[in-house]
Amino acid sequence: MKCGKLVDVGRRSFLRGGLMTGAGVAAAAVAGTGAAPAHAQTSLARVQNPSTRLANLADLVVNEPLDITYPDEDSPGVLLKLGTPVQGGVGPDGDVVAFSVMCPHKGWLMSYNTADKTLNCPGHFSRFDCEAGGQQVWGHATQNLPQFQLRVDETGDIFAEGADELIYGRLSNVLQA
Amino acid sequence: MAFKRQIDRLPIIPANARVNNVTCHYCIVGCGYKAYSWPINQQGGTAASENWAGVDLSEQQYQDTDAWYAPSMYNVVRQDGRDVHLVIKPDVDCVVNSGLGSIRGARMAENRRSEVTGTQLQRLTEPMVWRYGSWQPTSWDDALDLVAQVTARVVTEGSEDDLYVSMFDHGGSAGGYENTWGTGKLYFGAMKVKNVRIHNRPAYNSEVHATRDMGVGELNNAYEDAELADTIMVVGANPLETQTNYFLNHWIPNLQGATLSKKREMMPDEPHEAGRIIIVDPRRTVTVNACEETAGPENVLHLQINSGTDMVLFNALLTHIADQGWVDQDFIDNHTALGGELAADDAMGEVAGASGQEMLPRKPRTEGQPTDLTTFAEALARNRTSIEDAAEITGLNPADIIKAAEWIAMPKEGGFRRRTMIGYEKGIIWGNDNYRTNGALVNLALATGNIGREGGGCVRLGGHQEGYVRPSDAHVGRPAPYVDQLIIQGGGKVHHVWACDHYKTTLNATEFKRVYNHRTNMVKEAMDAAAGKTREELVDAIVAAVNAGGLFSVNVDIIHTKIGQGAHVILPAVESGEMDLTSMNGERRMRLVERYMDGPGVAQPDCLIAAGIAQNMERVLTEMGRTDYAAQFQGFDWLTVEDVFNDGYRQNAGGGEFVTYDRLRAMGNNGFQEPAVGLDGETIVGTPRLYADGKFGTEDGRALFCVAEWNGLQAPGKEEQRANHAFLINNGRSNINWQNWFLDQDNEFVRDRFPYPFIQMHPDDLAELGVAQGDLVEVWNADGATQAMVYPTDTVRPKETFMLFASPAGVQGNVINAGVNELVLPNYKQTWANIRKLSAAPATVTGLSFKSWEYDAG
Repeated sequence: MKCGKLVDVGRRSFLRGGLMTGAGVAAAAVAGTGAAPAHAQTSLARVQNPSTRLANLADLVVNEPLDITYPDEDSPGVLLKLGTPVQGGVGPDGDVVAFSVMCPHKGWLMSYNTADKTLNCPGHFSRFDCEAGGQQVWGHATQNLPQFQLRVDETGDIFAEGADELIYGRLSNVLQA
Repeated sequence: MAFKRQIDRLPIIPANARVNNVTCHYCIVGCGYKAYSWPINQQGGTAASENWAGVDLSEQQYQDTDAWYAPSMYNVVRQDGRDVHLVIKPDVDCVVNSGLGSIRGARMAENRRSEVTGTQLQRLTEPMVWRYGSWQPTSWDDALDLVAQVTARVVTEGSEDDLYVSMFDHGGSAGGYENTWGTGKLYFGAMKVKNVRIHNRPAYNSEVHATRDMGVGELNNAYEDAELADTIMVVGANPLETQTNYFLNHWIPNLQGATLSKKREMMPDEPHEAGRIIIVDPRRTVTVNACEETAGPENVLHLQINSGTDMVLFNALLTHIADQGWVDQDFIDNHTALGGELAADDAMGEVAGASGQEMLPRKPRTEGQPTDLTTFAEALARNRTSIEDAAEITGLNPADIIKAAEWIAMPKEGGFRRRTMIGYEKGIIWGNDNYRTNGALVNLALATGNIGREGGGCVRLGGHQEGYVRPSDAHVGRPAPYVDQLIIQGGGKVHHVWACDHYKTTLNATEFKRVYNHRTNMVKEAMDAAAGKTREELVDAIVAAVNAGGLFSVNVDIIHTKIGQGAHVILPAVESGEMDLTSMNGERRMRLVERYMDGPGVAQPDCLIAAGIAQNMERVLTEMGRTDYAAQFQGFDWLTVEDVFNDGYRQNAGGGEFVTYDRLRAMGNNGFQEPAVGLDGETIVGTPRLYADGKFGTEDGRALFCVAEWNGLQAPGKEEQRANHAFLINNGRSNINWQNWFLDQDNEFVRDRFPYPFIQMHPDDLAELGVAQGDLVEVWNADGATQAMVYPTDTVRPKETFMLFASPAGVQGNVINAGVNELVLPNYKQTWANIRKLSAAPATVTGLSFKSWEYDAG
């Protein structure tokens, strides 16, 4: 794939018609979130993250990425069932994880490589390991990839309830007025 | 476990924050950044009117936005005695990086010392003296007096040759024009210290003597040339990892075809296409991968050469290009050496050559050569190498060598000369037969007329920024003394060390450390035995110890280094951002980094520390009755670093008279390209491209060609090492950490990724040795041993490993033998050793990713 194909991807194209990255990013519609945009109380030392339903365990197929957004619709991410227990993994197999897909270097949208379970940035070649807590395998970002903290309830519903790094393009993970 | 900061929001930069110009202090590219600072009890708001960006920050910002910063770009630091918020973020208006931040530079803020956030508490805050069996903090007066007492005794009882000095010659970080001048005036002005070496090598020499002797300063083009070239040829360099934003912002757009309109506008009379690239490297680097992804594999030629055989390739390329008639004969006739009678009749020979201002950076001298420098015709005849012979020695496919020659020099449609830019770095600089290999490569550029013209240049890509202005080093001589080897042999009595850490960055390091520990321990024991004695008795004890083979070590640095463990006096320095500092980058772009925060404790700029040593030397020598000698140490009465700049750069650098702090400050992060040639109002006029007038840096202005005859592995001991060991231990840098790790060894993000230096190994080698990813292995040979963490990859060939250089957790230099070239240039790249398992993956390695570094969208 030639670098630069994504140069003209518009600011919000991922909301208009799905990601235009290459193979790997699921074309599925954004999973229903249901939650209203949350606003943190500024008096708190840390932002108050929404608890957002991303999907049900039954919706997931091993190594097939599901597009999500969290903590609001302007922050795209990916929900993955990796097939083996991993760092931060939830569910009965300890293998369900979710990450932001905006590269923390310059905010380009990344695509999922099913072969080695990495997220790859077409902007400047950075890549992140979904099986190692989003560790940057190689790249320019000065942080590892924000991983969304997940909880699974008794019905198998998967909820995102926080992120462990600052999400690209916002100075508060939960946008504040 | 992937390191996470658990930061979910950051203070917003207010609209009225203070803004300072910052050039990144790490690599030679010198990306522009802005430092924003504001009072601790204030912050901006999300409303456009309440923040620096003037945008609504309650909304998500998108790709490439200037209105976001990462947690690594934030800290709380001291500024004029008060705690302030600090954000250092890339400058979108800087022509070097256009808002891109590298994984190194974009952590500058996080790598500032902060007592509030706890970062970089390893920074030195006070002078320390070895006293009562350990280092004790003390005053500047006490520490400098001891330095001067011992140094003055030794150089007067013996000579200045007994004072050994290791001093940085770089820009950026704690280097720069101010600090090289301060130290240079002390050791080359007040004194004439001969036994001196540079921060990363064991002698005081140029790494590129050949190109300089040929009349071609090594930083001769502009970064823009990478956008304009038809072909880029890069040798022994990995710019995506080591000149990151030069590569991303200037090379990649050319390979994408994004600079075609610029090419057509600047060079309208010839056809243009997207750029192609030739990469000469024994290893498949991420640069190769990125180029293939960008330009398509058909426009990338990776010549995976046998290690150390580059010169043969260059000679074969020169031969083929000449035989095809693709040389630039007009350029050769008019701008390069003439032979015999022609030279005598040469009208241009009466014209002075270039002024010498082009030999940037201004360091060390270039007289005398190890080989003949001559005309094109003679060099071609003596370097003549067939494609077949070259293929045999280099291991390359003959068709690929021919293809490379075509890409370099076959005329474009319409017969237009092909524009080829050549870049090179440590792969050949610290490689086999440095001088001739460097010369053979410059031959190619001269023969094809590719110096001084748009889209050309034959340049070293560089490591650090430059900032060199010192009194003459002519007394050092050439070849320069091999200082590290002399120390091993018992040379020197006093050692002043300025921001050099031999323990991590020298060759023959196993032996060097063993001897240095022993010799400095002799002095420590003498000092311990003199506990409670007077200063005079202490100095007597130290002098007796050094006369018995000990070494008194003074360490000036920003942190307590590895070699600093042997020190007897430790003097704390400040670095970029804590003082005003000027440097230039790889296209000679000079900028002023403004002081935006306080230094730690009572740390001082190196130049003012040098002044302190000089003033104490003057006092002590006067007390000793050596008034004439003492007088040599006058002229150090600077009050500010700007005084140093005015005394040094403005008085001594070519074009320096045009350059002032005020003008530099006004010119911001774009500065100007050295040398300065005049003023346009208050704007400094610089020199984008050297040798544009075709006059080179030789006496008659004509460039010389280099005779480069192949002699196999040149440095002593290399062939024997190769014959007796199983693995090539190629070595170099990685993207994530800065060179010698001085700040990154205290950065969790970096340490988390590589707690040990990696050694890339082919899967076949893992199977043969019975080791797995993450295992700790010992790399050993007759010269020493070190350790590394196994990182499997098929980007290296079987039996050819690549180890990260200069890690504190496994020093690669431990297994480099002492052999150097005839000008004392080390040969790091051609090293062979055996490998054995030390341990299964240690705890800190558990959970690390060992996946491929190559971008692959799947």
